[in-house]
Amino acid sequence: MSDATVSEIALPRAPGKAGRYVYISGVVLLCAWVLIPLYLLLVNTLSSPETVNSFPKSFIPEFDLGSLEFFTGFSGMLVALKNSIIVAAITMVLSILIGAPAGYALSRFDFRGKELFRLLILLTRAFPLPLLALPLAVLFIRTGLDDTAFGLALVHTTLAIPFSVLITFSLFSGIPIELEEAAWTLGCNRVTAFQKVVLPLILPGITASAIFAFVISWNEVFAAAVLTIENRTLTAFLLQTLSESPLHLKFAGGFILVVPALIFIFAVRKYLFAMWGIANR
Amino acid sequence: MNARLLPYVLIAPVTAFLCVFFLYPFFLVAQQAFTTGNGFTMDNFREVVGYWKFPISMRNTFLLALAVVPIQLALSLLMATMVNKMKRGRDLVLYVWTIPLGISDLAAGIIWLAIFEQSGFLNSMLHGLGVVDQPTSFLSYQNLTVVFIAIMLAEIWRATAIMLVIIVAGIGLIPKEYYEAAEVFGASPWKRFVKVTLPLLRPSLQTALILRVVLAFEVFAVVAALGGSTFPVLMEQIYENQFLLQNSGTAAALALIVLAISIFFTLIILRALRVPKGATI
Repeated sequence: MSDATVSEIALPRAPGKAGRYVYISGVVLLCAWVLIPLYLLLVNTLSSPETVNSFPKSFIPEFDLGSLEFFTGFSGMLVALKNSIIVAAITMVLSILIGAPAGYALSRFDFRGKELFRLLILLTRAFPLPLLALPLAVLFIRTGLDDTAFGLALVHTTLAIPFSVLITFSLFSGIPIELEEAAWTLGCNRVTAFQKVVLPLILPGITASAIFAFVISWNEVFAAAVLTIENRTLTAFLLQTLSESPLHLKFAGGFILVVPALIFIFAVRKYLFAMWGIANR
Repeated sequence: MNARLLPYVLIAPVTAFLCVFFLYPFFLVAQQAFTTGNGFTMDNFREVVGYWKFPISMRNTFLLALAVVPIQLALSLLMATMVNKMKRGRDLVLYVWTIPLGISDLAAGIIWLAIFEQSGFLNSMLHGLGVVDQPTSFLSYQNLTVVFIAIMLAEIWRATAIMLVIIVAGIGLIPKEYYEAAEVFGASPWKRFVKVTLPLLRPSLQTALILRVVLAFEVFAVVAALGGSTFPVLMEQIYENQFLLQNSGTAAALALIVLAISIFFTLIILRALRVPKGATI
């Protein structure tokens, strides 16, 4: 009896061999589940247009750049790519410039209305924000912002701002206020103390949250498709040509969409969990 | 600067921005939905609800959310527990599992299109195994179940990572002492998961579910890439009303319906998973 209890307690610490194999194969299987579809997209992208449209398909890429060449040569595609980058860059700058001060305020001050403000921020996340592109389309025509990169970037900033506020809030909270106070006693004022002490510490985190804003904008489809007509972004362009474009163009386009995302997630992976962990409370 | 005013100065940009680009458009979309040129009317709603595609797209959107969200919840909890026990390779596995977080829904749709299209990898594999001679056209009216499964798989593949990140961060916040205490009293791993992890994870589960459910009702680009017009969903109907029919009134009415559904489910989740007053980790 007592033996059984002991082994039961010991079980989780040193699981049996069979249990270990199940565990490891589970992890491998789930990694394959994520990676194999990506690999298949890569195979299609690195194959000639003829191969992409043929049957049956090989599971090994032939390293032919035909599909990618077709993609870059497709009329309007490079402009769309450029638009995507411009919109994402504006979103990145706006969301940090507007969001970071609020994150600092939340982490350093207790003020009346703080809870209300936090509620407003959290509320925006629980909303299907791209829908708000519909009324803004009308508003933008009146103000001359229709079909511009800046107009779309404003909508994407609404998407990115709750994240940039909450992420910078968690970053600033990670820096003890004592450091700033020490700088004040040593002759700094609020601004110089911020510049010399807080900013250098916070910069990598700010970069990560800026990258996150970039990816949010880069990936967004609905608002981009609603708000741009001539100056379409890559996602809007691909969406609107879905029904008529050939397969190899779709796959090359999808691949171009995926690549920056892979790099960005790799670059911010250290902050990913800190960002979301704090964003909960 | 006055220390009492400073926090308000810092939050002013975000507040102003959200008022103009979040609260105001929200008001505008309601105005668009309830007017047709001569005062208050329900005509837009009557027209939208009376359209033959409305019940189908409503049913499809709900079916998809119902099929996808529970699987994602279970899968992300499983992945989070697996990664929690991991000693070596944790960072690598987490990176791989969070890759889809950075991938656009349009790109995810295209990736699964590479597998399910007529000359795609699923057909190639079935052909290689000798199951079929001729490639089947999976994504057509004749195979609506396969269309549904393809969209479901793409959604699960793409959006499980967002729940995983929140849950992993949440599990990291649970003090180890609770597990040690449970172990001392002889609780099995499953018991510990149900009695310790799940209750203490409530705030994270709340956030994860709200974000995920709201996104589930916003499903658009994945469906556009895989199903096209064979599988109408609500967001696609909005897009159609705005663009093909050029009717911003009916588009706004549909948008309000999606907003109402999102808010309804957010409130339900908030209530179902509320943290008892005074209880903290």
